[in-house]
This record gives sequence, C-alpha cells and structure tokens, in this order.
Amino acid sequence: MNTLHDLRASQPRFQGLESGHRACQGCGQALAARLTLEAAGPNVALANATGCLEVFTTTWPDSAWRVPWLHSVFANAAAVAAGMEAALKMQGKDIKVLALAGDGGTFDIGFQALSGMLERGHNVLFVCYDNEAYMNTGVQRSSSTPHAAATTTSPAGIARMGKRHLKKDILSIIAAHHIPYAATASVAYAADLRKKVRRALQVDGPSFLQIHSPCPLGWGHGSELSVEVARLAVQTGLFPLIELELGALVGAMPIREIHPVTDYLKLQGRFKHLFADDARAREELAHLQALADHNIEVYGLQGKAPDTLDSEGADSVRRGGLRSA
Amino acid sequence: MPQALEGSQAIARAVALCRPQVVAAYPITPQTHIVEHIAKLVADGELHCEVVSVESEFSAASVVLGSACAGSRAYTATASQGLLLMSEVLYNISGLRVPLVLTCANRALSAPLSIWNDQQDSMAVRDAGWVQLYCADNQEAVDTTIQAFRIAERCELPVMVCVDGFALTHTLEPLELPSAETVAHFLPPYRFSRTLDPLAPLTMGTLVAPEYFTEARHLHHAALLAAEKEIVAAASDWGAASGREHAPLVRVEDVPKARIGILTLGSVFGTLLDARDQLPDPPVRLLHLRCFRPFPVEALRAACAGLSDLVVLERAIAPGADGIIGAEVRSALMDMDAPPRIHNFAAGLGGRDVPLAIYPRLIEAIGRPHARMSPIDIKPELLPENAPSPIKVPS
Repeated sequence: MNTLHDLRASQPRFQGLESGHRACQGCGQALAARLTLEAAGPNVALANATGCLEVFTTTWPDSAWRVPWLHSVFANAAAVAAGMEAALKMQGKDIKVLALAGDGGTFDIGFQALSGMLERGHNVLFVCYDNEAYMNTGVQRSSSTPHAAATTTSPAGIARMGKRHLKKDILSIIAAHHIPYAATASVAYAADLRKKVRRALQVDGPSFLQIHSPCPLGWGHGSELSVEVARLAVQTGLFPLIELELGALVGAMPIREIHPVTDYLKLQGRFKHLFADDARAREELAHLQALADHNIEVYGLQGKAPDTLDSEGADSVRRGGLRSA
Repeated sequence: MPQALEGSQAIARAVALCRPQVVAAYPITPQTHIVEHIAKLVADGELHCEVVSVESEFSAASVVLGSACAGSRAYTATASQGLLLMSEVLYNISGLRVPLVLTCANRALSAPLSIWNDQQDSMAVRDAGWVQLYCADNQEAVDTTIQAFRIAERCELPVMVCVDGFALTHTLEPLELPSAETVAHFLPPYRFSRTLDPLAPLTMGTLVAPEYFTEARHLHHAALLAAEKEIVAAASDWGAASGREHAPLVRVEDVPKARIGILTLGSVFGTLLDARDQLPDPPVRLLHLRCFRPFPVEALRAACAGLSDLVVLERAIAPGADGIIGAEVRSALMDMDAPPRIHNFAAGLGGRDVPLAIYPRLIEAIGRPHARMSPIDIKPELLPENAPSPIKVPS
C-alpha cells in the first residue's frame, strides 16, 4: 500500500472526479459531482455547462475527470448532451450521457435547451448542482436564489430584505415535461443521492436530478458546515427530497423531527439580515417558515420515527478504483 | 446525367451522399427546403440518420458539436438571424477544432427585417474561425458541400458553405449529382481524433489561463492558414473523381488584355459573366472569391496581376466603415509591385435584384472619384428629404 496505484486500487468506489481540483473547502458542488460519478460509474460521457464545476476541474493543462468530458458554453449543456446521445445511439453504443450544470445553466440561461432536450426524449440524465446563485461570477442572484437571501445583486440594506422574488419551482416545470424520472437530492444524504443517480440511469429517456449543494463562500457559512447546512435545508422542509415519475410524485423522504427554518437560516450569512430587530425581517422569517410548512404539507413530509441520517456506504456497489488499468 | 433540381434539394442530396449520422437544424427562410429534404430522405429510408429538430439554432449548433465530438459525422444549416443566434457556439466549435459542415443560405440581417438574400450574415461571423466557401451556382454548391466534409475532417476545422438564399436555394438548375460510390471513395468514414470514449477519456473545453491562451489562438490561426492546402487538394481530387473541377480559392475568368477586374462572391458572379458576354468591350477579368476564410492572399495577388483597376462588389456592408471584402482585398494587394486601384461597392442588399445592367455601371464608376464605399444600386428618390445624399455613382 505505498504506491499511487495501490492506493487507487483500494478505493472503495469508482472515482470519476479525482481529488486535487481547485474547488473551495467545503464545496457542495464538488461533493455532489463526486457522488454522482461514484454512482454513475465509468461508462458515461459528460457535457458540462460553464460554471464553477467546469472551472475548478479543468484548468489547463490539468483535469480532475476520469471520464470523457466536454464543455462548450454556458447555456448549451443539454443540447450538447442531446447531440452526444444522438450520435452514440446511431453508433449503437450503450454509453450514458450526463449533462451537468449549476442553477444558472439550468433554471436560467440553459433553461430553453434543457426544455428542448426533455421534450425530444433524449436518453440523458441532466444533473443540476443547485447552489442557489451565480457563484462562479461572485454570488449574484439567480432565479433559484431563495426568497429574502442576500446576494451581490440582491443585497440587503435599509430599503431591501435581499431577494424580492421566490425561488423558481424548477422541479414542477420539469415535471410538466412528463419525463420518466425526476428527483431532488442533497449532498447531506449521500446514499440517497447515489440511489437516485442509479435510478435515473436505469430509465430509458430523459431524467433530471436537482442536487442541493451548499456554497460556503456564497451562503456565508463555515466550510465544515456544508453537510450540516444541507441537512437542515431538508429537515426544515425548505428543500424537500422527492421523486417523480412521469410527472407524478412517487416518493418523499420523511422528516421525523422537523426543525424551524431559523435553525437553517441562522447558520448562513446570506440570511443574517433576517435576524435584525426589524419588523420586515420578522415578516420575511414568517414568510420563509410558511414556504417550508407548505412543502411539508403538499409533499406529506411529516414522518414518525427518528430522522434519517446518511447511511453512508450501505447502498454502494464496490467496483474497484482503477476503471481500466 | 444532368437532372433539374432545386438548389436546396441538390444540397440535401449532396449532404445525404456524405452519410451524416446526425443532422440538427431549426427552420429559417431560406434554409428550410434543405432540412425538409433531408428529413424526407430519412423518412423514405434513403438516409440512415438521426434528425434532431431542435428548439433553436443555438441548440442546433450545440447538438452537432456534441455529435461530432461523440464520433458521428454531423451537419446543420441555417441563415441570417439563425446564424447569429448560433454565433457563440460557432466560435466555440472552431476553437475546439471540431469538424462540422454548415450550409448558410445567405440572407440579410434585421433590422429592418428582410427574408431576402445578401451576405451580411456569414460576413458577420467571418472571424469565427471557420473555413468559409462561397458558391457561384448550384453545381458548385453540390460539389463544395461534398468537399467541405473532407476539408473539415482532414483539418479538424468547421466549414461553412455559403449559398445565396433564393438565388441559389430556390432556383431550379440542371446539375450532376455524383454516385454514392464516387462520394464514398472521396470521403472516407468519419473519424475524429479526440472522440469522447470512456475507454480513453479526454477532457475537452478546458479553462485556459493567459499562460497558454495566445498559443491556442495561434494554433487555430495557423490551422486555418494551413487549410488552404486541403481546400486546393479537395477541389483537385474531387475534380479527378467527378470530372468537375472548380477553382478552389479564386476563380479567374479572364479575357485578353483585361486591365479592369471585378471581384465578387456568390451567385452574382454568373450575372457578371452573362453581362460580359453581351458587353465584351472593355475587356474585364472576372474574379470569384470562392474561399473567403482562409483569405487566399497569394492566389488573389496572382489573380490580380496586370490589373489597373479592381472593382470589389459585395453584398454586405460594414456600417460606419467601408466594405468588408474591399478592405481585406485592399490590404492583401497593397504590397504588390503595381497594385490595382480598388473601387468598393455594395449591391443587392436585402434581396434587391442585381440585374445585368449593373455591369456597365460598375465599369463607368471606375472613372469617378468615390472615397468611401457605398451601395451602387441605391435609389435616391426613395430616401427621405434631408437624408444624407448617397455617394454619387453613375446611373
């Protein structure tokens, strides 16, 4: 066990995304991408939108990817993936195509190409790493930024309580395409995330995964808190973990011990202004609690037994570290 | 045996003979007939190909990029607004050095909205790093399309085949289509050196710091310059295979003692040839700039040797500057021992007909002072009162 080869051979899972890349400490997106590739395995080809993931993994002449990976521009990951899938289908090759994008490349600039890909039924898994703002350009608001969160383009101040608009309900829009499988996942629930990747790759046709991925820099929390913050997003009901088949709800992770939204919000600098002694702040806190309560009600998230914690490793398929010697 | 085919139908059949596995396009006038014909060939079982009917030209360019990288020959076609909507991806395709063929059914750009022919669209993306070839007639469009795939795949560069919208795409002409065997022999199966393959994974489209960016740009520039050789070879080899050889870079239709030249791109060339037949005096050398990117400086200088005056007639304009092609021609020729005087005019903007009568007007204009480029076929009577008057040219 003293050579790199030995170390790699002892890795419990396939590492499609290697360590040594340039992501920040505690980057939720890096963790989510690693977990996605662990479950997807080596027989894939990736189309990556412009964004943090593209930048921190592929600064020439280095690459952290051990699977074929193509980055074109910001808005077109879904269309590039569609073209890759069409070609591989014509060649009779059974290689699964994944498109990877942040919330900007999914909810906003890449949205049209995504909708087109889903509508045409390409056999592509689109993975959205949702960190709720344009982090690569320095924390500007996106349509995925939660209501009342402060970003550099929706700052909090005397006249404003952060973002004035609601987080776009992307999953409902995806559901309206009636694709075979769509789900949300969280980096705090690794086993659940991997299970959903495998489920998505089993279906024939388009699938969609929205992974809640904390950004310590953009959200203003300690790098060591990423998983805790992500878990609280689920346990407050603000980010429900659900599964949809052909647009219909087929599964939701229950919350046995529901936390108040303030448990989640108070850990993050982007919500700091909501804890000021200010009537508007109290109103926004109540508003966010109402949004969580609404999720708990419509998705039936209230559970009875103790909370699900991450059952790391329980689900994993051990396939050796080196994909091909 | 010659057959009468609409330009779009002929181009579609030429594309099909090149055996693409993926075609992605979004309809836009006057490109529509090309992709409709391809879709029909697929529906009729004559072409085994995945037609991806995308939701925008931006996605059309993105789909064919993905397909070419995943190991399939791919094709798209567009025009005008569609080409500009693709433009971000066009630069990306060429920077990634991905072999693709795109037919541009040349059309004006909005505003004002015009669905008719000029070449402002392909000129707007002239620096996108693609090879650009212009066709004077539909036989050339067929032959150039087939050559384009070979050039693209040998050079790992995308090739734009420019055909004038309506003037070529919607015009019935008698022309020869090659046999499938001829094309198969000329164009080997698609193979991309950097195909996305899980057994040999590559990372494509990385972030490049200032440390390396200049070198990447230099290599792209050098690849385009080197493509000239493959463009010449493709025309020559296709000539041997098909019996039809077109001048690869600059077509020269000379007459004895010509001191005046007229250079143009695209279907107007045929109009000028016909006009010269009717007006043989003074003798005029007609030049068709078939290859605009890479810009064939040496071939152009050779083609202009002995000329005292060269009219550059273009179907686009650089507002606030001068002609686009005129400026490049002037720059290319200025180091000649005795460069011709350059006279730069636009004509046929937004589909205005370019009649035979334009020919004597161009020749007469040589004798008059005209510092800046202007549309030679402007109608002053249609301008509002108090509008700046156009530069005077003979009517």
